[in-house]
Amino acid sequence: MNNFSNRIYVIGGIFVLVVLIFMIKLFNLQIVDDSYKLSAENNSQRQVTQYPARGLIYDRNGALLVYNQAVYDVMIIPRQVKVFDTLDFCVLLGIEKLDAIKRLEKAKNYSYRRASVFLKQLSSEQYAVLQEKLYKFPGFFVQPRTLRKYPRQSAAHALGYLNEVNNKEINADPYYSQGDYIGKSGIELTYEKELRGEKGKKIYWVDVYNRIKGSYRDGKFDKSPVSGKDLVSTLDIELQEYGELLMQNKKGGIVALEPSTGEILAKISSPGYDPEMLVGRVMSKNYRALVQNDSLKPLFDRTLMAQYPPGSIFKMVNALIGLQENVINPFTRFECHSGYHVGSFTMGCHAHVSPLDLRQSIMHSCNAYYANTFRYIVESPKFGSVNNGYDVWRNHVMSFGLGERLGADLPNEFRGGIPTLKYYQKKYRRKNLRALNMISISIGQGELLITPLQMANMCAAIANRGHYYTPHIIKSVGKEKGIDEKFTVKHETSIDPSYFPSVIDGMEMVVTGGAGSTGSLAAIPGIRVCGKTGTVQNSHGDDHSVFVAFAPRENPKIAILVYVENGVWGSRYGAPIAGLMIEKYIRGEISDSKKWIEKRMIEADLINQSEKE
Amino acid sequence: MTRKVSLIKNLDWWTILLYALLVFLGWINIYAAVYNEEHQSIFDITQRYGKQLMWIGAAAVLAIVILIVESKFYSAFAYPTYIFMLILLVAVLVLGRDIKGAKSWFELGPIRFQPAEFAKFATCLAISRYVTQYNFKIHKIKSLITSAVILFAPMALIVLQGDAGSALVYSVFLLVLYREGLSGIVLFLAFIAALLFVFTLLWPKFTVLLIIVCTSLIVAKAYGLKWPAFAKAILLLSAGFALVWLVVKGLKIDVSNYLILIISLGLSAVPFWVYTYKNKLKNVAWTILIVFASIFYTFSVGYIFENILEVHQRTRINELLGIESDPYGAGYNVAQSKIAIGSGGFSGKGFLNGTQTKFKFVPEQSTDFIFCTVGEEWGFVGSSLVLLLLLTLILRLLFLAERQRSSFSRVYGYGVACILFFHLAINVGMTIGLAPVIGIPLPFFSYGGSSLWSFTILLFIFLRLDANRLELLR
Repeated sequence: MNNFSNRIYVIGGIFVLVVLIFMIKLFNLQIVDDSYKLSAENNSQRQVTQYPARGLIYDRNGALLVYNQAVYDVMIIPRQVKVFDTLDFCVLLGIEKLDAIKRLEKAKNYSYRRASVFLKQLSSEQYAVLQEKLYKFPGFFVQPRTLRKYPRQSAAHALGYLNEVNNKEINADPYYSQGDYIGKSGIELTYEKELRGEKGKKIYWVDVYNRIKGSYRDGKFDKSPVSGKDLVSTLDIELQEYGELLMQNKKGGIVALEPSTGEILAKISSPGYDPEMLVGRVMSKNYRALVQNDSLKPLFDRTLMAQYPPGSIFKMVNALIGLQENVINPFTRFECHSGYHVGSFTMGCHAHVSPLDLRQSIMHSCNAYYANTFRYIVESPKFGSVNNGYDVWRNHVMSFGLGERLGADLPNEFRGGIPTLKYYQKKYRRKNLRALNMISISIGQGELLITPLQMANMCAAIANRGHYYTPHIIKSVGKEKGIDEKFTVKHETSIDPSYFPSVIDGMEMVVTGGAGSTGSLAAIPGIRVCGKTGTVQNSHGDDHSVFVAFAPRENPKIAILVYVENGVWGSRYGAPIAGLMIEKYIRGEISDSKKWIEKRMIEADLINQSEKE
Repeated sequence: MTRKVSLIKNLDWWTILLYALLVFLGWINIYAAVYNEEHQSIFDITQRYGKQLMWIGAAAVLAIVILIVESKFYSAFAYPTYIFMLILLVAVLVLGRDIKGAKSWFELGPIRFQPAEFAKFATCLAISRYVTQYNFKIHKIKSLITSAVILFAPMALIVLQGDAGSALVYSVFLLVLYREGLSGIVLFLAFIAALLFVFTLLWPKFTVLLIIVCTSLIVAKAYGLKWPAFAKAILLLSAGFALVWLVVKGLKIDVSNYLILIISLGLSAVPFWVYTYKNKLKNVAWTILIVFASIFYTFSVGYIFENILEVHQRTRINELLGIESDPYGAGYNVAQSKIAIGSGGFSGKGFLNGTQTKFKFVPEQSTDFIFCTVGEEWGFVGSSLVLLLLLTLILRLLFLAERQRSSFSRVYGYGVACILFFHLAINVGMTIGLAPVIGIPLPFFSYGGSSLWSFTILLFIFLRLDANRLELLR
């Protein structure tokens, strides 16, 4: 004992204090803060994702359009990499030494212990060679992946392409994680959920060297991957390829529908691209090339996204509205003296007999007839005013599925536009409109904008004598036969079926009416084709060539729209191409008498020729 | 016969019970830490847990031998033992084996032996002996210097071996000297020095300096500075600062605020110091001196840190203070250690179910980071229990030390308690990120013969002295 015995309390106090601080810290680490538990799981469990096979896509006749091809990603765990023969390795992988060093650095920067991709997508052949020598390169292993493969270099726009998910997509759907592939356009996009299947996972215990120490809880939490569902498309790949052939070196689009179902038989946007271009390692390079360096915009799907004035093919709609509203009948005649003249206003027309009745007006595509009809409709006293008349007219037009999205199972469908009353009121700064303000719309010109898909659908509605089904591109998903109910709903137009025959008469005369028939090149011996030409004024260059048609006249099997930009006359490209397509679809081959047309169409070059000018 | 009976009767069995319990817990945790399926038997001597059992057996024999030896022997042979250990420490520098950058091991066949571990009890004996000598006076410079030499000799040799961590242990004897009458101010200054060290690394120089000035003003006030003088001091300082600032800015000299503050401090300190000296405010005058000492100290901290400490030591301190953060580099050990302990939760993952330790995410898991296994497998409950057991043992030792009639035994007892505490504080503190990574073992827990034997010797010499407490009076 001495004087300082009290100091035991100071020293003991320090000891107790330190242990107390430690216990508070432990309490915080072990009980309050959860993040350490998570880190521990990440540390010692390795989830190996089992990728499912993506669903295949077939055409309507069972031809395979898209399947999966095995490729092999070379993975790296930098920590396990030992000194190796770089030259040998680079030769095996077909890369430069500098590139290899860069990739190694990148992997190290990502993580020293975790696996990352060293080189993407080796082919089976490359893999076969590499596999034998892989043991020489510790730290590298190979992970199988799949890529899309296209046996027919066709229908790229319709099928769409895949790419790695971006951050926005990852945030939107927790299913995805970095490096996954997702449908970016076409069927791959709309049917992503059906096609992708469900990822599986295997959980392993791993030690600090990332060596697998066994299955986590005997695989209790493992999940087998579920393959994606196979899809059957409505496309007829033979027809599709034929259409692409006919449209080569031309800008424009073709949409062919089966009127009785709304199924899309062919959907061609030209110029297109080979779907193989947007697969695998070459994708990003090609994508840039397609987007930036090609003024023809091959990625732009004209069938859904181009909004064109329809031109004269719109006249049938006007005729039907006139009949429905009882302002004309099939025998109503209007005179035409090289056009339509009111006061100083003139809308030109070409030379034909005058006056003509409804059928003839379609056959000759008389502008004056439709200017008159349109005026009679909107100025009809029963509506009280032109404004009301226009609204009635517009509703009729929209009942054909024009001016709004049809709701097809394809992404990026544009709505087109039928000008509203308000639009005209604003444009002409007057409350009460006059028919002349809007008169150019009567012949499908002016502010009217319609997509090729909508034009084809309008034709299908006429072929069906008054109704249509929403166009769609998938017939069945997986083993179930049915499709989305919205594609089996019958959409009635506001026109009574009894008004259609006379208009259809006119359309038949367009093709087979003898002298003055604008669409005679669409004629097919033995098949009653009904069609209508359109020549759309184009202030930027040659006029566009448009043709709609359906066939056969009774129980039509196909309704088609052909839109060839800068094709000058509807009769020049639209009609012959439509005729060939119809024959190809119905007969499977082109009759000898039409081979010369086929040859001329295939050889026609509107792109390179215009560049030369 | 009677001697034996009295020995058994007088032994502090509580301490022995705690010791046995800790050694046992240590052993099963080593088993858990290095457990692998191929060697499931805990007695497998090819594995560390098997070997540790052998060390434990040897430690028991050692303990019994120590208890049998006459207690007078320890004080009588304190100096020879100390000298012998110093010789061993020198010898290891020449003959030792290099392991992980430290030349601190003798290798005799299969057995490796680390003299630094044994130097602890020898130094403890020596300092106890010296402090209780009749001519020792704690406030005599000569006594202080001699004590310092006794402590610094082994420290320096251990630093030379490249094991700075083990050398730091000797700093804990400051507490022992405090108990023997060293002024509390020394302890306080040591504490302040540690704080300043941390502040200097963490904060800008200007902030640290401001803290020093403000703190010393408050201290000066507490030591008898009257309000008017206090106000004058502040005014003087502010005026000095403003003046220097104006001059500097006026002459457009590019000088940092830090330098301006130092200059103004220097200027204003002179009249202030004269004032306090004249008015016999001795304490306040001292305070002013201490302010300048502190400023000098902050300079030297920077210098020591950048030039004397080695890179790994510097980064470990930076990691601890959060100045650097590299969980996959220098901070890997601590990051993984915290993950392992943190993932234990309240009651742990269960014996042998720790994933972080079993799959070797935590380095040195059976030696320096053994506490991780405890934390992960036994959770908060287990790790707290281990801490409390160790604390109980240490407090028990303090209590035992205080009841000694012999000063030698008392000082030695304090030495044992303080050494154990230092290991506990640094080792556990390091695993939970409260102390820098210094590779010293957790007493009785960490794997290794040398450390277990060294702690056993340390403890049982004291128990032997304690058993004899009634017979000795010195």
